Amino acid sequence: MSKNDKEQVLRSSGVNVLKCMRCGKCSATCPSYDEMEYHPHEFVYMVEKGEIDKLAASPSIYKCLSCYACVERCPRGVEPAKLVEAVRLLVIRQQGQNHLKADDIPDLLDEDLPQQAIVTALRKYSK
Amino acid sequence: MQRIGVFVCWCGSNIAATVDVNAVSEALGHEPGVVYSINYQYMCSEAGQNLIKDAIKEQHLTGVVICSCSPRMHENTFRKAAASAGLNPYMVEIANIREQCSWIHKDMATATEKAIILGRAAIAKVQLNTPLIAGQSPVTKRALVIGGGIAGIQTALDIADAGFEVDIVEKQPTIGGKMTQLDKTFPTLDCAACILTPKMVDCAQNENINIFSYSEVEEVKGFVGNFSVKIKRKARYVDENKCTGCGLCTEKCPQKKVPNEFNLGMDNRRAIYIPFAQAVPKVATIDPDYCNMLKNGKCGVCAKVCTAGAIDYKQKDEIVEREYGAIVVATGYNPIKLDNFDEYAYSQSKDVVTSLEFERLTNAAGPTNGTLLRPSDGKHPHTIVFVQCVGSRDTSGCGKPYCSKICCMYTAKHAMLTREKYPDTDVYVFYIDVRTPGKNFDEFYRRAVEEYGVHYIKGMVGKVTPRADGKLSVQASDLISNEQLHIDADMVVLAAAIEPDKSARPLATMLTASMDTNDFFTEAHPKLRPVESPTAGIFLSGACQGPKDIPETVSQAGAAAAKVIGLLAKDKLTGNPCVAHSDEMMCNGCSSCEKVCPYGAISYVNKEFRMPDRTTAIRRVASVNEAVCQGCGACTVACPSGAMDLKGFSNSQIMAEVDAICNMK
Amino acid sequence: MVFSYYPGCTLKNKAQDLDRYARRSAEALGFILEELPEWQCCGGAYSMAQDEIASKLAAVRALNAAKEQGRTLVTLCSACHNVLKQANHDMKENEEFSQKANNYMQLPEPYLGETKLLHYLEVLRDVVGFDELAKKVKNPLTGKRIGAYYGCLLLRPGKILQMDNPENPKIMEDLIRALGAEPVIYANRNECCGGYVTMEDPALARKKSSAVMENAAEMQADLLVTACPLCQYNLTKNTPEAGRLPVLYFTELLAEALGVKD
Repeated sequence: MSKNDKEQVLRSSGVNVLKCMRCGKCSATCPSYDEMEYHPHEFVYMVEKGEIDKLAASPSIYKCLSCYACVERCPRGVEPAKLVEAVRLLVIRQQGQNHLKADDIPDLLDEDLPQQAIVTALRKYSK
Repeated sequence: MQRIGVFVCWCGSNIAATVDVNAVSEALGHEPGVVYSINYQYMCSEAGQNLIKDAIKEQHLTGVVICSCSPRMHENTFRKAAASAGLNPYMVEIANIREQCSWIHKDMATATEKAIILGRAAIAKVQLNTPLIAGQSPVTKRALVIGGGIAGIQTALDIADAGFEVDIVEKQPTIGGKMTQLDKTFPTLDCAACILTPKMVDCAQNENINIFSYSEVEEVKGFVGNFSVKIKRKARYVDENKCTGCGLCTEKCPQKKVPNEFNLGMDNRRAIYIPFAQAVPKVATIDPDYCNMLKNGKCGVCAKVCTAGAIDYKQKDEIVEREYGAIVVATGYNPIKLDNFDEYAYSQSKDVVTSLEFERLTNAAGPTNGTLLRPSDGKHPHTIVFVQCVGSRDTSGCGKPYCSKICCMYTAKHAMLTREKYPDTDVYVFYIDVRTPGKNFDEFYRRAVEEYGVHYIKGMVGKVTPRADGKLSVQASDLISNEQLHIDADMVVLAAAIEPDKSARPLATMLTASMDTNDFFTEAHPKLRPVESPTAGIFLSGACQGPKDIPETVSQAGAAAAKVIGLLAKDKLTGNPCVAHSDEMMCNGCSSCEKVCPYGAISYVNKEFRMPDRTTAIRRVASVNEAVCQGCGACTVACPSGAMDLKGFSNSQIMAEVDAICNMK
Repeated sequence: MVFSYYPGCTLKNKAQDLDRYARRSAEALGFILEELPEWQCCGGAYSMAQDEIASKLAAVRALNAAKEQGRTLVTLCSACHNVLKQANHDMKENEEFSQKANNYMQLPEPYLGETKLLHYLEVLRDVVGFDELAKKVKNPLTGKRIGAYYGCLLLRPGKILQMDNPENPKIMEDLIRALGAEPVIYANRNECCGGYVTMEDPALARKKSSAVMENAAEMQADLLVTACPLCQYNLTKNTPEAGRLPVLYFTELLAEALGVKD
C-alpha cells in the first residue's frame, strides 16, 4: 500500500525528491510553518522514505497556503508544495474524505467574503 | 599496397571485459593489406611497445593500427615507438575501442562488432596515409599574463624569476585584484595587504616584469610560441612616467561624489584617484565619466596642482602590439549580482551586505576605517546573521550550480573575527553543509564554534524583512531542532556565489580557448593537465579555471608558471604536420577559406601558371602558412572546389573511413 | 485595440470595483476589454497535481476562446491570472497534459497554448507603456505613499508567470510612480496574506495578513493597492483595526488618476 502511495505522490506531483540537498530553505520561507506538524522539508524527506501514511493522516496537508514561496525559493527546484498537494489529493480523492463539505459553507460565510475564497477552498479541500 | 599491422589492446579489463579482443584481432587480420594482427594485455607498456617495434621491423610494416584507448591518451606513445623502429610516426592510426566502445556498451557481442568496425575504419584510413614531417617554429621568449590579481602576480613573478620577460595586462588602474579588498586571510589570519603588497612591489621592481595597468587585450593572433597581441592602454589622462603618486590631485579634485569601487561603492572617491595607498603602479587615473574637465572643459584643478606636470587631458587610448611565446589567463572572479535573491532584502536595506562588502567594513582602509559599523546608521551591530550558499549549489536557474568553495572558510573567518573584536555581538551562521577540506581548515571552523561561540545553525534563511526601527527580521529554519527561527538582526551578511569575470568569455573567443557552461576555462585534462588550456600555449591560473582560495590559487599560479617556463626554455617547437594545403590547380581564388580561417593562416598570392595551350596565365590562389595553421579543417569544408585539404585527415581518408563503417554488413 | 477579457467570478460579484475601474481606465487609455462569452470560473487555484485534468479545463476553454477570436487575452484577478497562465504553460509545454485535455474537450482544432495571455498590469507596462500612461494622468496622486501588495499568486511561480522578478518586482511600483504617487517598498509585499485558508482557519489568515499590514504601515505607506480580491478581503477584514491601512484595487487608483472614477 505504502509503496504504491509513494509512487502515486511522485507521479501526481511530478517532483523529484532526490534533487533535495536538505538546505531547509522551504521550511525557512514557509508562512504556515508554525501551524504544521510536518514541515515542507519533512514532506520531501518523508515522501522519499515512503512515509505517506503519516503525512496523509496529518492536518498539515490542510495548512499549506499554496503560496509557492517554497517553490520559488528552493535552490534545487524541488517544489515541496506540490508534494503537499499530491498527498492531500491522495486523501480527498477517497470517497467521504472531503475536508470541506458544501453544507459547511453557509456557516463560514460573511458578507464580504469573495467568491474566490469559496471556490479555492473547495478546490483545495474537496473532490 | 601497404603492409599493415594491427595491435588490439585489452587495457587490462577496461576493453577486454566488454570486447572479445581475440575476435577483433582475428577479424581485422583478414582485412586487405593487413599482414599481422595480434592482441595484448597492455599495448602501452614497454613490452607492448616492443611488440609493435619488433613487428614493424620483422614484418616490414608500412602502416600500424592500434585498437586501444583515445588517441588523447597514447597516440604519442605509439607514434614514438613506431618512429624508433624506423616508421614515420604519422603512419600510425588509433581506433578508439575504449572510450567510444567498451566503456559505453554492456553487451559483448555488439561491443565486439563495433570494435571491429572501428578497426576497419582505421585500416581504411591507414591505406591512404602518407609519411608526414613536422616543421619547426621559433619561440618568442616572453610571456603574457592577463589579469593582475594574486594569480597573475604569482605566475608573473615565477616566470620572471626563471629569467624570462613577462607582461601583466590588468584592466584596473592597479594590480592586486580581489585580494587587495580582503582584510584577513584564512586560516592563519594574516592581513591580506601585508602578504600581498610585497609581491605587488616585487612585480613593479622586477626587471623582467612589465605592467600594463588600466589596459585590456584587444586582439590575439598567432599560435604557441608565436602569439601577436594587441593591448589597448586606456587613456588615464595622466602620464605614468611623470606622475609621482603624491596624491595631491586626488585631494584637490572638486568632484567628490564618485562611488569608490575599491570600497564597493560604500564611500566616495574623487574623479582623479589612486585606488588605494599601496597601488602599483602608484599613479593617478582620471575617471572620464565624472571629470568635469573631460566632460565639459570646466575645471583643470588637478593640472594646476600637479607639480610634475603629469596631467594630460588630451591623452588617447593607445594600442601596443607585442609578441609572446605563451599566454596565461588569470582573469579571476566576481561575486554574482543578487537581483534574483531579494528575499534577503539586499536591495532594500544597506545593512544587508555581501561578504566582500563585509571585508571592507572590517578593513582599516575601508569606509569605516576598520570599525564594524552598520552602513545605514553607523551604529555598532549587536546581532549579525551570516547566510551561506547564496546562489551557490543552485540549480533552479537563479544562481550557480557549483559550490563556490571559499565561502565556508571566509564566513567562519568573519564570524570568528567579529566575536573576537566585539564579544558582545551575537553571531549566527546558517549553513547547508560546512565544507572545510583544506590544511587546518576544519580546525579553524571548529575554533569559531568552540572557542568563539559562533552559533552555527543547520538550516537556511528564507526571508529577511527590514523593519522601521532598523532591525532586520530574519526568518530561518533550524533543521536540527525542527523549528522556524525569527531573529532580530542588525546586519545580514550574504555569502554570494562567485562567477568568472565577465571579461573571460570574449577573451576565450580571442584565444580560441574552451570554457565550460559556467564560463570557467576548461583545462586540457582535469587531473593531469590542470593548468593548461586545450589550446597550445594558453595556460590557466587562479579562479578563472574554477573557484579557488588563495593558497590553491598561488599553487596553481606557480604550476602555470612552470609550464610556461618549460615552453619558453625551448628554442624551437615542433609543429603539427597535419595542416591544410591547397591544390593550386583546383583553387578558383574565391577566398572562402581565407574568411573562415580562425588563425589567419591563409593568404592569397598571384601565381603564373602554364596553360594547356602552352600560354601562361596569372591566377590568384590560396596559400597556407603552415606555421600558423592549426589543422582545424574549417577551410576544407568551406572550399567549394575541393582544392583545400588537410594533411593526415584528407577528404579521401575520411571518406574511406566512412565507407569502411557503412559497408560493414 | 481590443483584448479578449476574462473577468472571473469575483469580479462579477464582490470585486466589481476591480472590474469597473479597469474597463473605464482602459477606455481612457485607448483599449477595450471585450468579455469572453460564456466563460466559466477558473476554480481559483491551479492544482499543482499533474494528474488533475478536469478541474483545469475551464481555464483552457477560456484560452481557446480567445484563440478563436484571434486576440490576446487579459485577466485582472491575481488568482485567475495565475490559473490561466499555468494552464497555458501546461498546454504549451506539457505534452501529456495537453493531449489529455484536448481529448476531453474535442475542440474543432486542438489547443496548444497559442493564446497570448496578459495581466492588465502587463498591458499597462508593455502595450500602453508607463511613460505614455503618465502623460494621460489628469489627477496625479502627488504626495501619496502607496505600497504595492503583490501577494503570492500574481508573480509566482516566476518561471511560468514570467511577469516580473518575483523577489524584487517593480511593475506596480512603476505604475504608482506613473500615477504621480510615491511607491513604498516593504519586504512583505510578496508574502502570502493567508489566502483561501481564511475559510476554515481565519486565525492563520489573520496572522499572515497582519504581518503584511504591519510591515507596510511601519514603512509608512498611506495605503495599499492589490490586484487580488482575496488579498483585499484578508487585509481589510483579517487585520487589527488599529493601524490598518486602506486597501484599494490598483484599477481604482488608476481610474482616479486618469479622471474617470466619477
